[in-house]
This record gives sequence, structure tokens and C-alpha cells, in this order.
Amino acid sequence: MAEAEPIRPQVDDERLSAIDLKAGYALSGVKDVLDELDRTLIGLKPVKQRIKETAALLLVERARKRLGLAHETPTLHMCFSGNPGTGKTTVALRMADLLHRLGYIRKGHLVSVTRDDLVGQYIGHTAPKTKEILKKAMGGVLFIDEAYYLHRQENERDYGQEAIEILLQVMENQRDDFVVILAGYADRMERFFESNPGFRSRIAHHIDFPDYADDELLAISEVMLEKQNYGFDDEGRAAMEQYIALRRRQPHFANARSIRNALDRARLRQANRLFETSNGPIDADTLSTIVAADIRASRIFSNEASQVESAS
Amino acid sequence: MHITQGAFSFLPPLTDDQIARQVQYCIDKGWAVSLEFTDDPHPRNTYWDMWGHPMFDNPDAAALMMELKGCRKVYGDRYIRLVAFDSSHGWESVRLSFIVNRPAAEPGFRLERQEAAGREIRYTTRSYAADRPSGERYG
Repeated sequence: MAEAEPIRPQVDDERLSAIDLKAGYALSGVKDVLDELDRTLIGLKPVKQRIKETAALLLVERARKRLGLAHETPTLHMCFSGNPGTGKTTVALRMADLLHRLGYIRKGHLVSVTRDDLVGQYIGHTAPKTKEILKKAMGGVLFIDEAYYLHRQENERDYGQEAIEILLQVMENQRDDFVVILAGYADRMERFFESNPGFRSRIAHHIDFPDYADDELLAISEVMLEKQNYGFDDEGRAAMEQYIALRRRQPHFANARSIRNALDRARLRQANRLFETSNGPIDADTLSTIVAADIRASRIFSNEASQVESAS
Repeated sequence: MHITQGAFSFLPPLTDDQIARQVQYCIDKGWAVSLEFTDDPHPRNTYWDMWGHPMFDNPDAAALMMELKGCRKVYGDRYIRLVAFDSSHGWESVRLSFIVNRPAAEPGFRLERQEAAGREIRYTTRSYAADRPSGERYG
């Protein structure tokens, strides 16, 4: 029997006795993903650090496997916790790509679901629904957004519990087939784990997504505009900086998502301004510049002004 | 008697690993895979019972293997076959089908001869297993 033999390095023609980790790193394409992560995602230092560590672990595991050393496939189910708009979904997508390149998952697709996709409407509806989603996620990553909604504390007959049980069972039995990433606000995730200890013990990696600083948000807004072939002029950039500082103090601040919405509105105002003021031909520069007026027309500035007035 | 229906039936039974790789091939070709089971293996019995739905949008074979495990748990004493259906225009039919589970003992078929008018003989095959009512065949 093969198992009875002592574990000894598998020797190929070219004598695999040493593995160059750096070369493996470059060859697997992991470097490209990590570089892209560094380049396109602004801030998120601790997150990037954790992803690099995970990649290193998987590379070392793979090298150990090739040298015939004892290895155990690590459990990679993860939990992303952080405020809205901090890039959890974006990072999950990259994570799927990364795990695929490292050969940890076979297909590398991301199936993004919420409570509605997993939990059924009536008795007997939940199990097939959850299983259907799980089957779709096989070979890839299952991303459960706002996972705590699966558990409804106030209603013990809620079907969410059934979905959780099936999920836990498949997570345990088919560890090699897919990776589960739970995402949501930090405090609610904490409460969710407290009421479902089974989940906490099956999830090895908890990654916290910090809020963005003001300068990071400004950099993000410029990247977003650049992608759509827009740009700020100098005054526009200054206005955006003020806008970010003001917007942060407003309720329902959702980090990068708020910025994206603000930019969408600024583009609307820009189009409107161009339409009303232009006589004769306009050039590409004008068409793609967001000026201070487009941003200062925001409700936030007028609110601030009225607050200052009422205070004084 | 080892019945020979569908692909690979003259080979020794496929291992789960081999089944998974065949299934992955079908999925990569864009065919919808599904499972069917029966306890009446007559070669002209084409209507087997379905186990779950055909999987049109699962990119990985692990999904089917999970269903196969479930099906074996319930109907491990019957025949289970994999069916790969090609829904593309012009085909719209089964492209590959093979047996993935068999009963422990397969009693085989009896050949019956019926003497008809004149010296004509009509032949019919009947599965020994089908003598017992459905659900009680194969132990």
C-alpha cells in the first residue's frame, strides 16, 4: 500500500530537492495579482498584509507538497468585517482570482449572495435553495454579504438557521471544493458569531477593513474619475477635499460608495452646466473636467452654510 | 450479469475521481449534467427517474459529485447514471451518458420465446430483478 511507505521526497527526472519560492511566486502569476492589488486599491494596508500572508502560506504549502513533505490543505474560509464602502466585495473578487492562481480553488469565480438567495419562503424551501447556491459556488468563492441577516435572534423558527446548518455542514465536508467569505459590519458580525459558535470555529481568517482616511478617499475619487476619462481641475480637487471632510460628518457615510455617488452627481451637474453655458464647439478637455462649481453645488455645502448661519 | 448500457460500460466501474473528471469534461463543453436512477435496467427502459434538476449553471464537477453522494445514500442499491445534455441548437439531446452506480448483484435477463402462428418465434427479454415489485428489487 502506498500509505504504508515512509514519506520521502518525490524525485523527478530533474531531482526536485529544492524549490525556489521566489520563482514559484513569479511563475504562478500571484505576483501580478498582488501588484495589481497594491496599485489599484488605495489604503487598506492591514488587508493587503493579510492577503500577502495568505499567499505566502499557500505558496509554502504548495512547495511542501511538491517536495513530498507532510501537508494539510489549510482552511481558508474568511470573514471580512468593516463599514460599508470599504472595499470588501472588491477584495473578495481579487481573492477569488488569487486563490485560483495558487491552485487552491479550481475555477476562481465569485458567487455573491445575500440572505434572500439562501433562505426560502416556506418550510422545505430553504434546503434546496441553499444547496443550489452552494453547488453554483463549487470550485470558486461563495461571498455572503451581510451574513448576520441569516440569523434572526427574535424568531427562533426562522428558516435562516436551516441555511446556516447546511452551510456549516458543506463548509466542513467539502473544504477543498470552495471557500466561503462572510462579510458585514464588524459589530454585527461579532454578535452573529456569538450566537453561532460553529461558524467562528470554522472560519480561520478574520480580516478587518479600516475606514479610509480623507486623503485616501481623495485619491480614490481621482482613480474613479480617471477610469471614466474625467478629471478635476485644481479648484475642483480642493472642493472635493472639503466635500469629503464635510460628508464624513453626515449620517450614512459609506466611504468609497459615498464618493462614487457624489461623483455621479457631479457629472450630472457638469453635463447640465456645459449644456446651459456653452455656445459653439467645446473641446475634450472641457468635456472631461469637473470644476469646483460642480461639486460646490452639493447639498452638503449648503447645509453646512445654513448650520453656520443658524449657529451664529 | 454486468449490464452494458451507455459509455464506458465495458470498462471496470469508474472511480469517483474518474467520474468527476468526465463530468468536468461535460461541464466544460457546456452540457448540463444530471443524475437519473432506476431499478428496472431493461435496455428499452429509457425513462429513468430524475435525481434533482439538470445543472445548467454549475461550473465545477464537485456540485454533481455532491448530488451523486446524496443519490447513493438513498438509492445506492439501484442503477444510477449520469446524463449530459447539450441544449445548443441542432443538438438538443443527450451527448454522453454512463452508469455511475450499480446494485451489488445484477441477476441479468431471461430470454422468453413465444410460439406464434406457424413456426414463428417471438423473443422477449425480461429482467429477473423485475419479477419483484419496484422498490424491493436488489435486496
